[in-house]
Amino acid sequence: MKNPEEIFKLLKKEFSEIILDLDKETPTESIILVDPMQITKIGKFLRENEELKFDSLMVLSGVDDANGTKTKDEDGSDMISGGTLSVYYHLHSTVLKHKITLKVSTQRENPQVESVYNVWRTSDWHEREAFDLFGIIFLNHPDLRRILMPYDWEAGYPLRKDYKNPEFYKGMKVPY
Amino acid sequence: MALKTETMVLNMGPQHPSTHGVLRLELEIEGELILSVKPHIGYLHRCFEKHAEAMTYPQVIPYTDRLDYLAAMGNNFGYVIAVEKLLGIQIPERVEYIRVIMAELQRIASHLVAIATNGADIGALTPFLYLFRDREYILTLFEMTCGARMLYNYMWIGGLSHDIHPDFVRKTKEFINHFRPTVTELNNLLTFNKIFIERTANVGILPLDTAINFGASGPVLRGSGLPFDVRREDPYSIYNRFDFEIPTGKGLVGTVGDCWDRYYVRVLEMEQSVRIIEQAIDNIPEGDVQSAIPKRIKPPKGTVYARVENPRGELGYFIISDGNINPFRVKVRAPSFVNLEVMGELCKGHLVADVIAILGSLDIVLGEIDR
Amino acid sequence: MGLLDKEFSDGNIVIAKVDDLMNWARLSSIWQLGFGLACCAIEMMATSASHYDFDRFGVIPRNTPRQADAIIISGTVTLKMATRIKRLYEQMPDPKYIISMGSCANCGGPYWEHGYHVLKGIDRVIPVDVYVPGCPPRPEALLEGLLKLQEKIRNESLRKKIA
Repeated sequence: MKNPEEIFKLLKKEFSEIILDLDKETPTESIILVDPMQITKIGKFLRENEELKFDSLMVLSGVDDANGTKTKDEDGSDMISGGTLSVYYHLHSTVLKHKITLKVSTQRENPQVESVYNVWRTSDWHEREAFDLFGIIFLNHPDLRRILMPYDWEAGYPLRKDYKNPEFYKGMKVPY
Repeated sequence: MALKTETMVLNMGPQHPSTHGVLRLELEIEGELILSVKPHIGYLHRCFEKHAEAMTYPQVIPYTDRLDYLAAMGNNFGYVIAVEKLLGIQIPERVEYIRVIMAELQRIASHLVAIATNGADIGALTPFLYLFRDREYILTLFEMTCGARMLYNYMWIGGLSHDIHPDFVRKTKEFINHFRPTVTELNNLLTFNKIFIERTANVGILPLDTAINFGASGPVLRGSGLPFDVRREDPYSIYNRFDFEIPTGKGLVGTVGDCWDRYYVRVLEMEQSVRIIEQAIDNIPEGDVQSAIPKRIKPPKGTVYARVENPRGELGYFIISDGNINPFRVKVRAPSFVNLEVMGELCKGHLVADVIAILGSLDIVLGEIDR
Repeated sequence: MGLLDKEFSDGNIVIAKVDDLMNWARLSSIWQLGFGLACCAIEMMATSASHYDFDRFGVIPRNTPRQADAIIISGTVTLKMATRIKRLYEQMPDPKYIISMGSCANCGGPYWEHGYHVLKGIDRVIPVDVYVPGCPPRPEALLEGLLKLQEKIRNESLRKKIA
């Protein structure tokens, strides 16, 4: 059983140049910020280290931070350019009973994150979902397709804050 | 000359009576033997997460009902716990007790449907009729409390929508007295039925390390032998006050982690839920169930991940607040979504008919898989 | 109903109009396509289970569209599912009837505003005979919807289909 600070120190010792930061600002959870291109390595370490043993990925969530510059389109809808998309990893150890949250942020224009498919198999569908709804590309994912939306959906990524729904899909009117 | 053979692709669903809704399974088969299974989901994608971003915090509660519609109370429970953590408010004792009773009643009702459909899918229609009779009993209790049969919107942030009916305690005790013998009846009717055992024992064996790596939870994980229950691991509400056991799969008629084990864990869990209700029902303290409901719900900036043990497993809500009256992001960790991922592993090398038994034992609800 | 009124005294012969006879036969054994979509499907299951017993109205689930008379659209129809439902509908033989069960199937229900993937009403894809409101409708409401459908079938004519 370790608290987030101890885990952060352990990680800092192991990967002195990669781990970015520990965010203690949020009142409820401490979050370790990680480089999106190193998440596999860190995941493997977290999973296999004897003192950590994070064998279970509870949830992987994509988030649109909506921190870019907001502009208005000609029809009055929001457009966001720049800023970041993030992925949160909530880890839990079924053996040692401790929890930790990791966060990676990536550029909105070219969102790329390493896949943790080979570390926690459960991330398969979670990553597909984040790709489907946010357009985050998980490198080295074996089967990155849409999962919830139709495979031929062309109108973009619905959970982005500036998403615009199409008028029609296959001849069916979509808005109310 | 070697005979040239081809594998066949068989589509199961989205309209199929045994896929528990609108799941589509793409089976690659060679004769009757399954080579691979690819689940296709999303036929019930109702955009919960988009709705949650557009609604205020209390307005999200009715949408959480519709995630896992067989266990709406549990969904409410998880969401309100997450928001209460974010707000940092204390809940009156009376509310906590009523919430636990409701959640456990819901667990029984949900497992009844799971067991009934599991049986009905592989040909045992009679238990279905018996178990739905008992489920109606629980639904009457809920209806008496909040007026709805299935989707309750009962637990509010900081309180409850209604206090319990004056008759509720008496009726619940009546139900418990009625329900105890039905479990025995069920065991005679289905659990130890020769045909049922033949269909489910040694079918779809899920080894424990695979289960953990796939993130499985609830009866699927416990069926593989690990006594992991969020109520015990990470106690929320007042679960640490009650005495209950965590049943696990023992391989009583087959191998640990087979379909029968997952099924039997549910039967045993219903008995444990009854135990919890019995301990709670006499100790409900007096009080006002709406006294702690905040006037204006506007949590501070922050993130929270709260999880509860829903009948199908670990239900988690990940909420990001940006200090506004509506959530910035709500992500649901739906137990069925994760549990369904193991489907491909479980079905390999089995027959087509076993797919139904395996799917039934996973007990999925498409509403929370697709959200 | 007027079907068994005109009877000869020896009891073996009944006179009825063909219309009445056909309608009577149709309305007393509506076989529904056994598939559920969402929350309402659970109430539909509860309706066919022991407490409410759909069977007493002659409704039994039939698992292939080619032998079904009615579909109960029980739940939210998404864009992905709508094309499949249309195909199921087209596979059914005439006469075929649709009961739209619950607010989601009627008009999108609680998902009408932000549901980017929800079809706002099944009647945008296939014609509906009876709408049952509620979220979800009680089993009694579904039974009422079925009785309304029977009423509709009773007034049909072979020469001209009303529904």
